[in-house]
Amino acid sequence: MAEAIKIDSVPNYSDLPFYSKQRRMVLHNCGTIDPDSLEEYIANGGYEGLANAITKMTPAEVAAEVKKSGLRGRGGGGFPTGLKWEIAAKSVSDKKYIICNADEGDPGAFMDRSLLEGDPHAILEGMAIGAYAIGADEGYIYCRAEYPLAIARLKKAIAQAEEAGLLGKNIFGTNFSCTLHIKEGAGAFVCGEETALMASIEGRRGMPRPRPPFPAVKGLWDQPSNINNVETFANVSYILRVGADEYLKFGTEKSKGTKVFALTGKINNTGLAEVPMGITMREIIFDIGGGILDNRKFKAVQIGGPSGGCMPESLLDTSIDYDSLIAAGAMMGSGGLVVMDESTCMVDVAKFFLTFTQSESCGKCTPCREGTKRMLEILEKITDGKGEDGDIERLENLAQAIKNGALCALGQTAPNPVLSTLRYFRDEYEAHIKEKRCPAGACTNLLQYNITDACKGCGLCARNCPAKAISGELKSVHKIDQSKCIKCGVCMSKCPFKAIIRK
Amino acid sequence: MELVKVTIDGITVEVPSTFTVIEAAAKAGIRIPQLCYHPELTKEGACRVCVCEIEGAKGLPAACVFPVRDGLVVHTNTPKVRATRKAVVELLLANHPQDCLFCQKNNDCELQSIAADLGIREVPYQGEKRKAEKDLSNPSLVRDPNKCILCGRCIRACHERQGLDIYGYINRGFKTVVGPAFGFGLGDVPCTYCGQCAAVCPTAAICEKDDTERVFAALGDPKKYTIVQTAPAVRVALGEALGLPAGEIVTGKMVAALRRLGFDKVFDTNFSADLTIMEEGSEFLERVTKGGVLPMITSCSPGWINFIELKYPDLLPHLSTAKSPQGMFGALTKTYWPEKNGMAVEDIYSVSIMPCTAKKSECVRPQLQSNPGLPDVDAVLTTRELARMIKSAGIDFKSLPEEEYDSPLGTSTGAGVIFGVTGGVMEAAIRTVHFLLTKQEIPGIVFTPVRGMEGIKEAQVVVPINGQDVTVKLAVAHTLRNAKILMDKIRAGQADYHFIEIMACPGGCIGGGGQPQPVNAEIRAARTAATYTADERNVLRQSHNNPEIQALYKDWLGAPLGEKSHHLLHTHYGKQERKL
Repeated sequence: MAEAIKIDSVPNYSDLPFYSKQRRMVLHNCGTIDPDSLEEYIANGGYEGLANAITKMTPAEVAAEVKKSGLRGRGGGGFPTGLKWEIAAKSVSDKKYIICNADEGDPGAFMDRSLLEGDPHAILEGMAIGAYAIGADEGYIYCRAEYPLAIARLKKAIAQAEEAGLLGKNIFGTNFSCTLHIKEGAGAFVCGEETALMASIEGRRGMPRPRPPFPAVKGLWDQPSNINNVETFANVSYILRVGADEYLKFGTEKSKGTKVFALTGKINNTGLAEVPMGITMREIIFDIGGGILDNRKFKAVQIGGPSGGCMPESLLDTSIDYDSLIAAGAMMGSGGLVVMDESTCMVDVAKFFLTFTQSESCGKCTPCREGTKRMLEILEKITDGKGEDGDIERLENLAQAIKNGALCALGQTAPNPVLSTLRYFRDEYEAHIKEKRCPAGACTNLLQYNITDACKGCGLCARNCPAKAISGELKSVHKIDQSKCIKCGVCMSKCPFKAIIRK
Repeated sequence: MELVKVTIDGITVEVPSTFTVIEAAAKAGIRIPQLCYHPELTKEGACRVCVCEIEGAKGLPAACVFPVRDGLVVHTNTPKVRATRKAVVELLLANHPQDCLFCQKNNDCELQSIAADLGIREVPYQGEKRKAEKDLSNPSLVRDPNKCILCGRCIRACHERQGLDIYGYINRGFKTVVGPAFGFGLGDVPCTYCGQCAAVCPTAAICEKDDTERVFAALGDPKKYTIVQTAPAVRVALGEALGLPAGEIVTGKMVAALRRLGFDKVFDTNFSADLTIMEEGSEFLERVTKGGVLPMITSCSPGWINFIELKYPDLLPHLSTAKSPQGMFGALTKTYWPEKNGMAVEDIYSVSIMPCTAKKSECVRPQLQSNPGLPDVDAVLTTRELARMIKSAGIDFKSLPEEEYDSPLGTSTGAGVIFGVTGGVMEAAIRTVHFLLTKQEIPGIVFTPVRGMEGIKEAQVVVPINGQDVTVKLAVAHTLRNAKILMDKIRAGQADYHFIEIMACPGGCIGGGGQPQPVNAEIRAARTAATYTADERNVLRQSHNNPEIQALYKDWLGAPLGEKSHHLLHTHYGKQERKL
C-alpha cells in the first residue's frame, strides 16, 4: 500500500482567512459537486426539500415555513418571501406562474451566475417548491443570454429532473405538476425589474409598468405570478430541507440567513463570499477580503450596484442587514461589493454608476430618461473642471424629483450613488467645483503637468510629447502650454531628472 | 357598478371602482395635468406630469394609472407634487427645440399649455438635445422627432385603434426615440396615413403635412381659377378650431370664409357623395344581379384603401371601383367644369377640404388623373389647415354670415352629408338601392341598424332582386382594427355579406386624422349628432333625388356605369409595396 503523501503546504478551507468567516449554505454545492450530475445533487440532500414540501405539507404550510424562516428577497428589495408567496397564493386563478429572475446585471456582480452554473438543481428545486406554495404549474427562468454556460446547465438540469420525475407531471407521484422553461434575455438591465421582465417574456419590449396591479394579482400574461431571484430560490431549497428553525440560527433579528457577495475592486481577495447576515463590512473587507491592495488606504465601499450607495470608513462597523444598509444610504442590492481606495475619485464613481443607469434606462418615464441625463451632464461638467456654484443643489433637486417621480425602482434609485457620495464625500465635490482639483488625482481634466527648475533642458519631454505642447531652448528650463496639453503623462515618465510634476 | 368614495384635495366624490385617480379628480372638478394619458387609450403612467400624493402609497404615484379604492385620500397640489411636476416638464423642455413661436402647433400644444399652467419661466438645464431628421417621406404626415416627448400615445393609437404597429420605442436611455422600425420614414413602412397618431399627438411631433402656403399662392395667382370642395365631416368640426362648441354645424360660415379667402367657386363634396351613391349603388346592383365579386366593399376612405392595398391585396376585387367623393369631384373640376365653361384645364386649381390626412395621399394617385400628368385635385387641406388659413387671413369666423354653395355641383342631399359618419355610406346606399329596386322610397327614410359607434355592425334588408325577395346582408366597420377582423373573415370564407362599408377612422370621417384637436368620444358624439341633424334639415334625403345629380347625368354623364362614368368616376387598385 502506497504511503499517503503528506502535503503541509495545502491548507484546509476552514484555515484560509477567505473562508473561515464564511457560512456557505447556499453555495455549499458550488465547486464541490458536478453541476451536470443529478445524482451528486441528490447525494448532497438535493430534492429533499421538494419532497418534504409536496409529500408532507400543504401549500399554505410551505409558505408559512418560508415566512417563519424570515427569508427576504435576495434580489435587492428584501421583501419577505413567505409573505409574497401568501399573497400570490391568495389570488384566485386557474393559471399561475412562478418566475425566476436570473437577469443579474449589476456591474461586477456574479452571485447568481455562480449558482446557476454551479448548482442549477438547487434553483429548479426552489422554483418547484414555490410553484407548489402559490398554486402554479408552470414557470420561467429569465436568464440573460450572456450566461451561455448557465443556460446550458439549466437546460440539462431541467431535462434530468423531468426524466427523474422531479419536474413535469405528477411529481413524486402526487397531483402536483410543474413545468419549467428558460427565457433568454437580451441583456437589458431594466429587465431585472419584475414588470419589465414579464413584458420581455411575453415578447414585448422590456419596459416596466406601474403597480398596482401587482404581479401577484396580474402578472405574466395577466395571470397571477410570483417572481423571486436565483439566490432566493436556492435559499428556499435549503430551508425546506433543513427546516426554518435551523435556518433561523443565522442572521440578525430582521435579516435571517446568509447573503452572497461578489467582492471586487481594490482588495486582495476577490470572489464570492457567503456570509451570515449581521457580519460587519470591516470583517468582509479586511478579514475575508484580506484588506486593500498594495496596502493603500481604504476609502469607500460601494454596495448595492447602480441603485446602492457608497459607505465611508466611518460606517465600516455597520451590520450587514437590509435595514442597517438602508439607514446608511445604501442598500443590500443583489450583492455587489466594490472596494475603493484613496486613488478613487468619488465624483467619478457617481458618474460611472449614473452613466450605467442612464444608458440602461428603458426610456419610458421622463424623470429617469431625461433626469439622469441632466444629472450626468452636471457630473461631467464637475469632473471636467467646469463645475460652478449651484451644481450640487441642482444635483440634489434633480435627484429628489427622480426619486419621487420615476416609474420603477430602477429610476427611483438611480440617484442613490450621487446622493450617497454627496452625503459622505461632499468635500470632494466641492474641491472639484471650487478649487478645480480632484483630491484623488483621478479626473484627468483637472490635472496639470508642470516643469520645475530641476529641468536640465535636455528636450526629451518635448520630443516625446504627442501634442507638441512643450517648448524651450536646449539647456534651459522647458515649459508646457496648458492649452495644448492632453494630460497623457508621457513627459513625466520620460524625464530623467524627475523635473515634471503632476498636481 | 360598484361605487367607492375618494377624497381629493378635501373634496369627497363617489366614483366607479374601475376609475383611476385622474378620472376621479375630474369628477371632483380638478384637472390634473396629463401628457401620456389619453382617455381612449391604455393608461401608461409614463410621462409623470400627473403625479400626486396618495396617502399610504410610496413615492408620488401617477394619477392616471393609480386605481381608486374606498377611502382613498389624494393630494394633488402640495409643494412636493408641484415641484416634481415642474421638474418633469422642465426636463421635457430641456430636450425640446423650444421654438413655440414658429411651431405648427403654437397655441394648440398640450406641452405648451402645461408649461404655462405650471408657471415655468426658464429651463434650468442647457445640455444635449435630441437631433433627428424630420420625416418627410410621405404626402400626408410630417414627423419631427425633436418635438417628441415620448408619451407613446401614437404607439398606442396605432396599435389599439388601427391594429397596426407602425410606431415603437427604439433605443434606450436618453437615446430613446419613438418611430417606425429601423429609423424608416412613414412612407417606407406599411402606414396608411390615417393620421390617428397625429390626432392624439400632444405636441407637433406628428402633424399633417402643411399645404396652406401652396393654396395661398394659388389663391393669389390671378391666372388660376380656384375651385374648392368641402367634405361632409368638415362642417360639423371646423367650428371647434375657431372657438365654437363641438357639434355646431358651420356650413354657411365655412362657405362664406372660403369665398373671403378668395376661392372662385365653393362647391360641396356632398354633391359628389350623392354621385358616388349613384355609381356605387348601381355597381352593387350589377354585382348582385350579374354575379360579380361579393361582398362588395366601399372605397371612400383612403386610409382604408391604403390598408387593403398594403395588407390584403388579394381582396382588392372586392372593392367598389367607384372613386371616392373627393376623387369624383376632382374629376368633374378638371373635365366637366372647364368643358362647360370654356376654360383651359391647366388654369383650374382644385382644392379639397378634408377631415383626413390620407386624402393627401389619395390626390397624388396617378390613376386619379383625368388628364394625363395633371392631378384632379391639386391640394388637399385638412380641417385643421383650413382653420389656420381662416385665422391667418384675419377672418372673424364667428361673425360671418351664412352663405350658400355655388351651383351647379353645390346642391346635395342628406344622404351625402351622412357619408361623414360610420354607417353613413351604407345608409345612403340603402336609401337609393331600395328605390332603384322597388321604385319606392324606404319607409321612414332612414335606415338606423347601421348607425352607432359599435366597432362592427351587421344588418340586413330584404329587397326584390331578379323577381325574388333577397335578404341582403350588410356589415359596417370603422377603424382598421375592425376592418382587419372582417378581412380575415372574408379570407377565411366565413363572410356571407353582400355589402361592407369600411371607414379607417373611429366614428368615420368625423373622427378623421385631420380634424380639430382634442378629440374624444364625447366630441365625436357631438359631431355625429350634428351630422344627422344636417341630414334631417335637408329637404332632399336621397341621392337619386338630387336635381343637380339628375341634371348632370342627363346633360353630360349619361347613365350610371356608362362610358363617361367608367372613365371619369371609376378607378382601379393595386398592391402597394414598401420597404418593410
